[in-house]
Amino acid sequence: MTTQWNDAPGGFHPASAPDFLPRRELARLQLGRLQSVVARAYARVPLFRGRMEERGLSPADVRSLEDLARLPFTVKTDLRDTYPFGLFASPMEEVVRLHASSGTTGKPIVVAYTEADLRVWTSVMVRTFAACGLHRGDVIQNAYGYGLFTGGLGAHYGGEALGATVIPISGGNTERQLMVLQDFRVTAICCTPSYMLHLVERAREAGISFERLQVGVFGAEPWSEEMRRHIEATAGIRAHDIYGLSEIIGPGVGIECQRREGLHLFEDHFFPEIIDPETGDVLPDGAEGELVLTTLSKEAMPMIRYRTRDITALLPEPCACGRTIRRIRRIGRRSDDMLIVRGVNVFPSQIEAALLAVEGTLPHYQLVLTREHGLDEMEVQVEVTPEVFSDTIGAMEGLRRRLEAAIDHVVGIRAKVTLVAPRTLARSEGKAKRVSDRRNIQGGVS
Amino acid sequence: MKIRQLSLFLENRPGQLRFPCKVLGDAGIDILTMSLADTAQFGILRLVVKEWQRAREVLEAAGVVVNVTEVLAVDVPDRPGGLAGVLEAFEKAGVGVEYMYAFASRERGRHATLLFRLEDPDRAAKLLEAAGVKLVPSDELFARSGA
Repeated sequence: MTTQWNDAPGGFHPASAPDFLPRRELARLQLGRLQSVVARAYARVPLFRGRMEERGLSPADVRSLEDLARLPFTVKTDLRDTYPFGLFASPMEEVVRLHASSGTTGKPIVVAYTEADLRVWTSVMVRTFAACGLHRGDVIQNAYGYGLFTGGLGAHYGGEALGATVIPISGGNTERQLMVLQDFRVTAICCTPSYMLHLVERAREAGISFERLQVGVFGAEPWSEEMRRHIEATAGIRAHDIYGLSEIIGPGVGIECQRREGLHLFEDHFFPEIIDPETGDVLPDGAEGELVLTTLSKEAMPMIRYRTRDITALLPEPCACGRTIRRIRRIGRRSDDMLIVRGVNVFPSQIEAALLAVEGTLPHYQLVLTREHGLDEMEVQVEVTPEVFSDTIGAMEGLRRRLEAAIDHVVGIRAKVTLVAPRTLARSEGKAKRVSDRRNIQGGVS
Repeated sequence: MKIRQLSLFLENRPGQLRFPCKVLGDAGIDILTMSLADTAQFGILRLVVKEWQRAREVLEAAGVVVNVTEVLAVDVPDRPGGLAGVLEAFEKAGVGVEYMYAFASRERGRHATLLFRLEDPDRAAKLLEAAGVKLVPSDELFARSGA
């Protein structure tokens, strides 16, 4: 089959043109934008200027894209330390929108947009949907939360600008979600993968099938390839992984095209680097490390070398879809998601993959970490589904042992698997809470 | 010959047994007999009701995981050695028992009725009948319990 450069049956969307720029032209565009954004941040953000001066650098030192590696990093705590507006590069008169993300600890982080920033955001979301094969005539159920979270409004304006019909249903109220999915002839849905799983389950209980639904755009939390296969098989849709973060713009930083072999980054606006998280050194394409992003066109809140904590790799090969913008491998884990249990690095996504590999259908789980007599214990609570439930104790104990063996095999440590009743684990309407760490690490110090 | 049995997954914590019983009670469904198998971690409640499809629907709607299996009802003479005699017939027929429990029959004194979960119920039913074991059909079973 030949590759079409227009993903959408309705034709190529003009907003997607930058996805296909020749690499040299793209690099020229990136350098020009990088030089302006560094100059802007240097002139207007004291924290950035101070760090540049400490290194004896000025914006004139950025002569090539490689020079970016000389600039200081920005980290999440910088946003907290300068709460609420300390990293803004535009006066409030030019800021037309604020969003905030609820940090798990302490103050939230606040992000700002000028009118031009919102136009960029909308354009990358149009390109996102176009890459998923959506176009005018599609009906998008936007179940991302509307409000301070960037997901809802980001997808909303992108969908409208694409020319699709957007249903601003926001998150939650599963009964209404299912009614709208059926009655409004929805063809695409945006939500977190864990919430989609919940919708699929409830639909099955209610005897509802998603006849018109074809595409799911899922993000805001890491999810495994096994989870994708499960969602695609049970919902009968094509599931796309979307990537974004509020600090950079919100959703619309990267998206899987219809080939779904990595996520294209809209690198004409967000320049990617992969670094060694320990040393901070830039790694070559193909190497795994932490993703660092620089916003090339943001006005209100430029981010220079922002450390995302997401672990991935830039894929060196061009994508068969024809897009020239580079791809990152799907993000299975974040460096700060990592748990250290008895000295072993454990990522929740590994546990998910192990669970889904056994019997195929145990997607609801939670990790509970405790410490007894100085030894870490990991319990994996797994919800029993009708598919795996048997009336004999022997079969259920066998299932439990197979799950424990699979986790041991994948992660390399013994975990205690506990089977729990359906819907006993908290259901997220936003991001799933997969880990309950009850170890009192500081407890023994005094 | 076969009786439909519902099995329910229960966690080992207070209230877990009451909940499905209340769901069935609210739906006006009478539990004819039941047995609870438990491990340190979880339990499996097995029960027999007349309207098993409706029971399954209301339980699933309440979020309970339900599994339907087939069991055989066997009349056992109510005298010393009665059960041993029946089990001897099982053994000779080569039928393995997964588990068994009693059915609350109103014909006390003559015989007891036991429910058996056997490995291959269809094959077991043929072998047991050939061996002279009396299997109780579901309508007769329900009639005896007044359901």
